[in-house]
Amino acid sequence: MSSERKKKPSVAVVKFASCDGCQLSLLDAEDELLAVAGAIDIAYFPEASRAMRGGPYDIALVEGSITTHEDAERIHNLRRQSRTLVTIGACATSGGIQALRNWKDVDEFVRVVYATPQFVSTLKLSTPVAEHVPVDFELRGCPIDKHQLVELIAATLAGRKPNIPTYSVCIECKRNANVCVAVARGTPCLGPVTQAGCGALCPAFDRGCYGCYGPMESPNTGSLAAQLRVMGQSDAEISRAFRGFNAWAWQFRKASEEHERT
Amino acid sequence: MPERKRTRLAAERVADLIQTLAGRGYTVIGPTVRDGAVVYEEIADAQDLPRGWTDRQEPGRYRLEPRADGAWFGYNLGPQSWKRHLFPPQTKLFTAERADGLFRILGPEAERRPRAFIGVRACELAAIAAQDQVLLEGPFRDGLYAARREGVFIVAVSCTLAAPTCFCASLGTGPQAPGELCDIVLTEVVNGADHWFLAEAEGARGAEVLDRLAAEPCTEDDSRRAGAAVYAAAQSQTRRVDCDGLREALEDNFEHDRWDAVARRCLACGNCTMVCPTCFCTTMEDFSDVEGSRAERWRRWDSCFTATFSYIHGGSVRTSVKARYRQWLMHKLATWIDQFGTPGCVGCGRCITWCPVGIDLTEEARAICRDGNDGNTVA
Repeated sequence: MSSERKKKPSVAVVKFASCDGCQLSLLDAEDELLAVAGAIDIAYFPEASRAMRGGPYDIALVEGSITTHEDAERIHNLRRQSRTLVTIGACATSGGIQALRNWKDVDEFVRVVYATPQFVSTLKLSTPVAEHVPVDFELRGCPIDKHQLVELIAATLAGRKPNIPTYSVCIECKRNANVCVAVARGTPCLGPVTQAGCGALCPAFDRGCYGCYGPMESPNTGSLAAQLRVMGQSDAEISRAFRGFNAWAWQFRKASEEHERT
Repeated sequence: MPERKRTRLAAERVADLIQTLAGRGYTVIGPTVRDGAVVYEEIADAQDLPRGWTDRQEPGRYRLEPRADGAWFGYNLGPQSWKRHLFPPQTKLFTAERADGLFRILGPEAERRPRAFIGVRACELAAIAAQDQVLLEGPFRDGLYAARREGVFIVAVSCTLAAPTCFCASLGTGPQAPGELCDIVLTEVVNGADHWFLAEAEGARGAEVLDRLAAEPCTEDDSRRAGAAVYAAAQSQTRRVDCDGLREALEDNFEHDRWDAVARRCLACGNCTMVCPTCFCTTMEDFSDVEGSRAERWRRWDSCFTATFSYIHGGSVRTSVKARYRQWLMHKLATWIDQFGTPGCVGCGRCITWCPVGIDLTEEARAICRDGNDGNTVA
């Protein structure tokens, strides 16, 4: 790498159906924010700047799930405009908490919630970006971890592979010297089937893992569910445990459906 | 060879032992209760010890319980081993910085504080010996481990109780703490108000510390009673690994149906390898900052249960959980013997207790060896 840097890569931060929390993680990376802002050319980031340039972009960071006809088209346009497309957060990678509607009749929700339902046009399902276009990298979490985001940006700039593990939360949890809440307290915990990245935040505060980072690389949800039952969890509770922020990730979806009361 | 000094120590003298070691500049690390378990952390004095606590363990389950007799060491192993202090879970190996058109390498900084470990059990001494063999005695000596390991003052405690998950007796690694590797061996005898330690000094350094503690001479009867308590702990162990022919049996049953059965239960979460006191595998992670002016290399505990562990050009060698469980169990009980001459398992039972679904290594090994098949039978 020469000290003369190449042209700064242009970056777009684009939102679909989401709460904006993942984009905020970038602004929340206070220690690294200036360095990041100096190393990239922010072309489109309505949440943070007036930059609203059109594509093409070197990197698109995509937040949110696809829930409308317009968004289903918009994501294709964005893909065509982006050299590298990275999804950030549970919504963009698995459909998010709003994917809970996928098990219900969305038209009924619309009728109940909105005074003038005829103005609302929405898809029946909330789906991840990867169901619509090819995705180059998925950053997990609800919300994402700012250190992982900075690591991803730094790795992309250096042309190296990011250090983003796909193994279980348990490995982080044990490295951090947390006492296992499942074994020592009998607290239901999704850590063994959930991807690391959060720093085992909940177990550090004596809570079980809620699965915010979605399924780990080889999630054995069946075996964990059997153990949750041994620990006294009902079918409904087991189903609900898997039906969280990553409910539509197929492994969690399957596990939740297996324990759903019919 | 120095005389083995054998004395009787009043129970309350444990406090003086810690103070004496602290007074000599040792950072004292010992058992203490945190978050519902006994863990090994820096302790200030005897108040920090888990006095009055014991534990109940079974596969996938651990609970602390109070005990009334005031025993200082009346608990079994907790989730952490001394590996955490000798071979930490994350270590920065070096930093590289860009400066004046060049770059320079900084570090690593070796740990050089003198430390004393209190309450090291027999199986844990065996585990430390196993890691010494891997990290110090092989062709590649690990300087960072050596710096942490060197000069550690070890107060071992022989076990006078055993958890249902313990099986050191069958492997010959406990429950009596051997004199090697340690400075003092304590055996706690508690029977109502009759509460004392058999304290044995191993070498001059241990003897010198014991001399400060107003230890009394110990009688034949004291030795006998302490020995009987340890013997009873061995006798009470319900799990075992039969080493005779084990390696050959495992090698002969590489395609046993049981591997498939255990893979259906195994979460591949890696907990067993994290709590194992002999597991030594690590991964290297290289980081560069956003500006490209600073880089770091970190070493972290890794696990043979992850997909990336066996990743080489083109993909992972062990793609199935079956292959990963088999790799781990066979390394512990068979291929470790090929490498190092002894099994890589010391019988501490942590992998049984801290497996979230309670997979029992002793049961798996027995099933694979007892019902040997050629892998072609249908379960």
